[in-house]
Amino acid sequence: MTTSVSPQRSSAAPAGAPLPMVQVDGLSHWYGAGEMRRQVLQKVNLTIQPGEVVLLTGPSGCGKTTLLTLVGALRQVQQGSVRVLGQELNGSSRKQRQQLRRCIGMIFQGHNLLRCLSAEQNVQMGSDLLPDLSYRARRDQAREWLRAVGLGDHLDKLPHGLSGGQKQRVAIARALAAHPRLLLADEPTAALDKQSGREVVDLLKRLAREQHCAVLMVTHDPRILDVADRLVQMEDGRLMAAPVPEPTA
Amino acid sequence: MSGLPGLREIWSWRRIPLAWLLLTRQPARLAVALAGISFAGILMFMQFGFRDGLFDASVTVHKLFDTDLVLLSPRSSSSVSMEGFPRRRLVQTLADPDVAGITPVHWNLVIWRNPEDRSTRSILALGFEPGDPLFTDPALASKAKVLNQRGRVLFDELSRPEFGPVAEWFRDGRTVESEIGGKRVRVGGLVALGVSFGADGNILTSRETYLQLLPNTPPGSIEVGLIRLRPGADPEVVIRRLKASLPKDVNVFTKQGFMDFEKDYWRSSTAIGFIFTLGAAMGFIVGCVIVYQILYSDVSDHLPEYATLMAMGYRLSTLLGVVAREGLLLALLGYLPAYAAGQGLYALVRSATRLPVSMDTPRAVTVFTLILVMCMGSAGMAMRRLADADPAEIF
Repeated sequence: MTTSVSPQRSSAAPAGAPLPMVQVDGLSHWYGAGEMRRQVLQKVNLTIQPGEVVLLTGPSGCGKTTLLTLVGALRQVQQGSVRVLGQELNGSSRKQRQQLRRCIGMIFQGHNLLRCLSAEQNVQMGSDLLPDLSYRARRDQAREWLRAVGLGDHLDKLPHGLSGGQKQRVAIARALAAHPRLLLADEPTAALDKQSGREVVDLLKRLAREQHCAVLMVTHDPRILDVADRLVQMEDGRLMAAPVPEPTA
Repeated sequence: MSGLPGLREIWSWRRIPLAWLLLTRQPARLAVALAGISFAGILMFMQFGFRDGLFDASVTVHKLFDTDLVLLSPRSSSSVSMEGFPRRRLVQTLADPDVAGITPVHWNLVIWRNPEDRSTRSILALGFEPGDPLFTDPALASKAKVLNQRGRVLFDELSRPEFGPVAEWFRDGRTVESEIGGKRVRVGGLVALGVSFGADGNILTSRETYLQLLPNTPPGSIEVGLIRLRPGADPEVVIRRLKASLPKDVNVFTKQGFMDFEKDYWRSSTAIGFIFTLGAAMGFIVGCVIVYQILYSDVSDHLPEYATLMAMGYRLSTLLGVVAREGLLLALLGYLPAYAAGQGLYALVRSATRLPVSMDTPRAVTVFTLILVMCMGSAGMAMRRLADADPAEIF
């Protein structure tokens, strides 16, 4: 057995006036072409500081998910500027976006776990992205993360043997296992009941805090808005600030 | 566990074996894929086996001759249509300083009567001077002495059973007599030569007996002339000299050329090669379709998962590698049962047809290569589906 590796990040958050984790300036985006061309984002500005938890709400179809995919380097930027971890995404190459995505953890509405992999192997797909670690170290990290999300007893279970909340917790562990500096989550509680949804976002927030990892979460769910440091509302492709509600008991 | 540090290090770089898990966590699909690949492999083994076996079988007797060079009539096209040429030509080769010895051989198909049920069937008769060396097998020389008696033949115990229970009767000590072309012959001994494509059985006779059985043979005419060279002589050089000195009414071959000549006849003058190659091609195509279907639906079913991996920052090339490894694993796993079944079926074919069919390395490699091409080609086609995995679409 080699030295046990803890999932904590060794490097602390940068001191002084830190570079914003995400800086979006004048971002506009269109879908379709010709007469079908439809604008979904209109000159959006958004800044997320390191370690900040930002919730993005708004009616469906207002462009939240589009913004998320642009910040997540999953889509080519059309107009405006998106800087993630200091890197400009407008005009970025496919390769640059793929490299950047390694620093961004993603949690999806559906858990999107690999059905043929056990919980531990799914999480290791995340830690396998880390360079210069042996198989055993990466596996041990995956186990640590599953214990951190409270699934230490379900290492060898396949996704179909886990409940919805458990699957979403595996997905969180997988996203964090790659040591991201930014977590993007798209309605992570949509498929969960009230209690497990609450547990999942609390866990997400706690672990992100411990990792000094910024979070941008899209949600419809009014029950979880209180986890936000900052709440941003979107309507018809435009952003506006909104007050964060008091935590419910 | 101790090992080379280098290997241990490489082992420690390994990732989750995604291709293996994708295949093995869907056992029903894997079973269908392996059944399809094995079926294609078995089909290719059988078709290539029959083809090569038939071509090899056409030279069963040719292989046995104790000779370096062979003279044939230019009108001879194969072992089933041997024409005569003047025996003088063979004698003339003795003038060459490198020729050490010659054996004139008569060669023709004759009608043999089954001594048990009196049915008739054509058999290959070789006539030679019993004192002359004919085959490389040294046991023949002592057996050939019996041929000095008129009307005696040596019967090939590997002949097909349709010629009658000659070998059994002879070993039981019975006097075995039969008829060739209406003339009575007696089996004076047994030899083991083997059936060939053109002949289901063989007998050896003395030249004298042969001419008695085939009285229409022109005097001084033989079908095959065997030429043995001095040790160290270069057959190609001697062939060139002989071709220059002999008239054009004979062809000179090396022993290998003699065998190739026979094989080429069956290859080019019959549809055998085409038919069996076509059969193997069918197997190949069926295998391609099955593997492509399996891999394509596998990629399609897992498209959201592949897209998720791309969203996590995995390279497209890594994911293409997963599909390629699936193809490679299918090829390896599908080949093994095909190889084992091929061995079993070859044994069955050998015992049922006496064709010299066996698993030789070139064929094993050929079939593996084809299976590999089949699986990797299908994987390559299925990879195009991966281009549809858009990580932006999974949110």
